[in-house]
Amino acid sequence: MSNEASHKPSSPLSIALAWLVVLAPAAWGVYLTALRAANLFK
Amino acid sequence: MSLFSFLDRDHSVAKPGYSRWLVPPAALAIHLAIGQVYAFSVFVNPLLAFSNSIGTPWSHKQVGYIFSFAIALLGISAAVFGKWLETAGPRKAMFVAASCFGLGFLVAALGIKLHSLPLIYLGYGGIGGIGLGVGYISPVSTLIKWFPDRPGLSTGLAIMGFGGGAMIGAPLATNLMAHFKAHGLEPIGPTFFWMGVVYFLFMMFGVFTIRVPAPGWKPEGFVPPVHQSAMISKHNVTVNSAMATPQFWLLWLVLALNVTAGIGVLESAAPMLQNLFSSKVTVFAAGGFVGLLSLFNMGGRFVWASLSDFIGRKATYMVFFVLGAILYFLLPSIHVLSLFVIVAGILISMYGGGFSTIPAYLKDLFGGVNVSAIHGRVLTAWSTAGIIGPLIINAYLDKYKAANRPLVDAYPHILHIMTGLLLLGFICNLLVRPVSERFWMKEGDLIPADHGGH
Repeated sequence: MSNEASHKPSSPLSIALAWLVVLAPAAWGVYLTALRAANLFK
Repeated sequence: MSLFSFLDRDHSVAKPGYSRWLVPPAALAIHLAIGQVYAFSVFVNPLLAFSNSIGTPWSHKQVGYIFSFAIALLGISAAVFGKWLETAGPRKAMFVAASCFGLGFLVAALGIKLHSLPLIYLGYGGIGGIGLGVGYISPVSTLIKWFPDRPGLSTGLAIMGFGGGAMIGAPLATNLMAHFKAHGLEPIGPTFFWMGVVYFLFMMFGVFTIRVPAPGWKPEGFVPPVHQSAMISKHNVTVNSAMATPQFWLLWLVLALNVTAGIGVLESAAPMLQNLFSSKVTVFAAGGFVGLLSLFNMGGRFVWASLSDFIGRKATYMVFFVLGAILYFLLPSIHVLSLFVIVAGILISMYGGGFSTIPAYLKDLFGGVNVSAIHGRVLTAWSTAGIIGPLIINAYLDKYKAANRPLVDAYPHILHIMTGLLLLGFICNLLVRPVSERFWMKEGDLIPADHGGH
């Protein structure tokens, strides 16, 4: 990769992907926990 | 160039154009992984059943030590390696954390294979515990450097991950164990193995993504305020000097007391709920209550730390101690289910908020240069609270047991003791003042390269 290329601003897509990598498992965990928590109000 | 030179601090300096919004996901990758430790309880019954099946039954206490070792090592390694982290940089520290945390699982899997409990202690508790401590503090100072305008929000985001890690770790472990069992295999060993591999890879995402800002970097348009609160220092303090200040020990007490009180509500809320609302709440639904508390714990870490950017750290802790003391005192007398749940949730959010607000509080008082190292030392308060909290609770429960009184009657008293601890915390926080000039770093003290020092 050239220096010029590595100095490009981070693309919004790469930022979104980075967040997706960590938020997807977190959302899965939160969803399952919220399902369990809903039992309290049934 | 050696194979691992990409881990060096010099190789992780961000090029112009690198977005600081890539740093929180890197930090979250570490914290969401190591937060798995709070889901360790899902392994307890399978481990007991496994030990029975091999004819050498382990006691509940022996299995419980695995978690205790891990938490003890978290505090010790955060305190010991914090100073090293400041010079080694976050990428190397995250790599060490990922390697230790992953390897810990693999050694524990070997322990299952060889039917060796000491090997499980060494793996999950010892090696994994070091991964926990190094991982916990590794992104903190980097986040603060990237977000000088919002240090509370940035560290809150990462430490929120630690609160949420169990929500991923628990279903991941139970699903893997069910999968291996369905295929006629002993479930724990392969589950440890694959969790070690998966968590290592997940944490490596953080290792590759993290960058430190270039010397002198500032967010676009950010102008440090000329007039700011006296509680926000423009000077830095070394970790050894910090430990000589009363402020360090006052914050140590603030964290220890807040965490001890939080442990009180974590232990008491579910049994109290079942007792107070026995006609409405089944054991199954009480499990949902514990899940709800986890959500409040996670959300509180983000919300309170972010709020502290606006109202100040001292004021945030004042809210924890004043509102907390009132709510802890009132909780046993609340007989409306929804209100009980909300109050317990607010209390647990403040327990989480205590963890996530402390790095920014330390940065305000001691500067950002050595904040990871100082944070690591302060985390010994957490380990101490982890011993003191259960000691207080068990002493009360034993007292009631000896007197043949129902255990549920003990919980209101436990919460009232916690109210007293919060009032002590209030006094400690009230006494926090700006750090004296004689503790400030002087010219010639070693400043890490990303601060433009030498």
